[in-house]
Amino acid sequence: MRNFIYSRRKLLLNLYSNNFSTSAIKTQNVQQATTGATKRICIVGAGPAGFYAAQYLLKQLSDCAVDIVEKLPVPFGLVRFGVAPDHPEVKNVINTFTKTAENPRLRFFGNVTLGTDVTLQELRDRYHAVLLTYGADQDRELQLANEEQPRIISARKFVAWYNGLPGAEQLQPDLSGRDVTVVGQGNVAVDVARMLLSPLDSLKLTDTTDYALEALASSKVERVHLVGRRGPLQAAFTIKELREMLKLPNVDTCWRPEDFTGIADQLDKLQRPRKRLTELMLKSLGEQSNRKGTPSIGKQFLPVFLRAPKAINQNEMEFAITELKNNAAVATEATERLPANLILRSIGYKSSCADAAINFDAQRGHVCNLQGRVLKDNSSKSVEPGLYVAGWLGTGPTGVILTTMNGAFAVAKTICDDIAAKSFDTDALKPGFEPANKSVVTWSGWNRIDQYERAVGKAKGKPREKIVTIQEMLRIAGV
Amino acid sequence: MFCLLLRHTRNSRQIIFKQFLKPQLNTVSKGLHTTKLLQHGEYEWKDPKSPDEIVNITYVDKDGKRIKVQGKVGDNVLYLAHRHGIEMEGACEASLACTTCHVYVQHNYLEKLSEADEKEDDLLDMAPFLRENSRLGCQIVLDKSMEGMELELPKATRNFYVDGHKPKPH
Repeated sequence: MRNFIYSRRKLLLNLYSNNFSTSAIKTQNVQQATTGATKRICIVGAGPAGFYAAQYLLKQLSDCAVDIVEKLPVPFGLVRFGVAPDHPEVKNVINTFTKTAENPRLRFFGNVTLGTDVTLQELRDRYHAVLLTYGADQDRELQLANEEQPRIISARKFVAWYNGLPGAEQLQPDLSGRDVTVVGQGNVAVDVARMLLSPLDSLKLTDTTDYALEALASSKVERVHLVGRRGPLQAAFTIKELREMLKLPNVDTCWRPEDFTGIADQLDKLQRPRKRLTELMLKSLGEQSNRKGTPSIGKQFLPVFLRAPKAINQNEMEFAITELKNNAAVATEATERLPANLILRSIGYKSSCADAAINFDAQRGHVCNLQGRVLKDNSSKSVEPGLYVAGWLGTGPTGVILTTMNGAFAVAKTICDDIAAKSFDTDALKPGFEPANKSVVTWSGWNRIDQYERAVGKAKGKPREKIVTIQEMLRIAGV
Repeated sequence: MFCLLLRHTRNSRQIIFKQFLKPQLNTVSKGLHTTKLLQHGEYEWKDPKSPDEIVNITYVDKDGKRIKVQGKVGDNVLYLAHRHGIEMEGACEASLACTTCHVYVQHNYLEKLSEADEKEDDLLDMAPFLRENSRLGCQIVLDKSMEGMELELPKATRNFYVDGHKPKPH
């Protein structure tokens, strides 16, 4: 009897949720159909580039309908999975993206992967224009022996781990050693260093995943080395991120005075951002020599310059000492070994080729394009009509959100210009995407996930507790 | 079955909501969206109570078009721009976490503004096309001394790396 009731309930539940998702899709369709929009544009990837492009297109083209197709069941890309949990203000941009998503001319299809669930050709057949904005989900490698060991992790994966990207929850970084060496000095490198050194109590108030907080609570990491190939004048981190490190409670920043030989004399020649950053480093170095004699109070942040990765050994990493020649790091014969119980590789992201039909530069890791128009032929510079790329997938992984925003606006403007110039056909009737036999998360599905995450987070004093598996996301979304 | 019925009613309500209420909301006030926006930007939608409060400024947009705007004492120029449909983003909603409201301030008005604090300067260092007269729009609050001020929006960057691009090594 109990079994019977259970199975009945399950059946009802299934009926209910099936209806849930199909009716949600229908709602989206009806909404869009009633707007009378005729020009169909598909955006692949619901990160900042995709949303900013959608915002521009919806505003400038009153007769366009925009569909966003996203691999994950949840939107916002790196704003959700990249931005550090202790930078919640940066995530305010989600409010603007949500307004864009609520436009009746926009449909959201989450949990749909380009290349597996739908091909580029299908999308191009079903839309007048396709804009690729699926970002950069791979990382550059050091190309050293032993790089595949579990104690060498890409910073990208580590970020994904504490931010709850589905699939990253199994990472289990080994935080049982005293020394972590981060290779690279960009803002991602500083983010991971800060996460490792921040007091746990402050992280508990962020949306850092519970499993990451647990692992960080038992972390034995005391020293984080941040190693760069070039000198202080070429440091890739920005001043805001450095200042945060300098202000971390119970963390001493320890520079190597020899790295700064002759640096002060060059201050006057520097541009303002570089000058202010260098002044801050020199000021911090000065405070450090005043501090000398007093024993270190807690953890240490150790930026190291002019060292190029050479070899990975047991619990240490070997670096070639470099010299600067014309702004480039040239390795010398001399080497130095740094303790490294865990190595985090943070030397840049690259994109992957989601569909064989994309003209992709595998070496550089981006889509071949001319100002956002995807190239058909690289040598003649002829373009694929109605196919575009924006964001890191087109530019490479550099720049802050403003850079991505301006880039996405510019490509969206190019699309508008091309439509006006009739560079590709927009008269033929196009059906748009119709999900077949696939669990698709619509915007209302995301709203359910969002509400659920906020409610669970609230009980713990966090802004949200992210759902970390796709299965669970789909369940809460009701598909 | 009851559940299904309920669901359908809710869905159809959503359609009605989106089609009929949404445009109205947009025209009345964009500030009715979330509580966050209620605090940020609602003040700028109020008209000046007396002529003494009026501060006239001019925005120069990305295409060089000059847009004269009547603001009032206490207006934040980011939200004032939003009220008048000027394309100044504000991705982080004035919480000093981005640079999307970067503007150039007419030189003779620079000293009339309260000095940029460390956080604003740190962010400006990340803004493309930084100039001596760069400020973040969200940190400028109008007072009478700013009557006649011009704020210029930077031209959008078009730094697409095509073939031949070398990513900057870290």
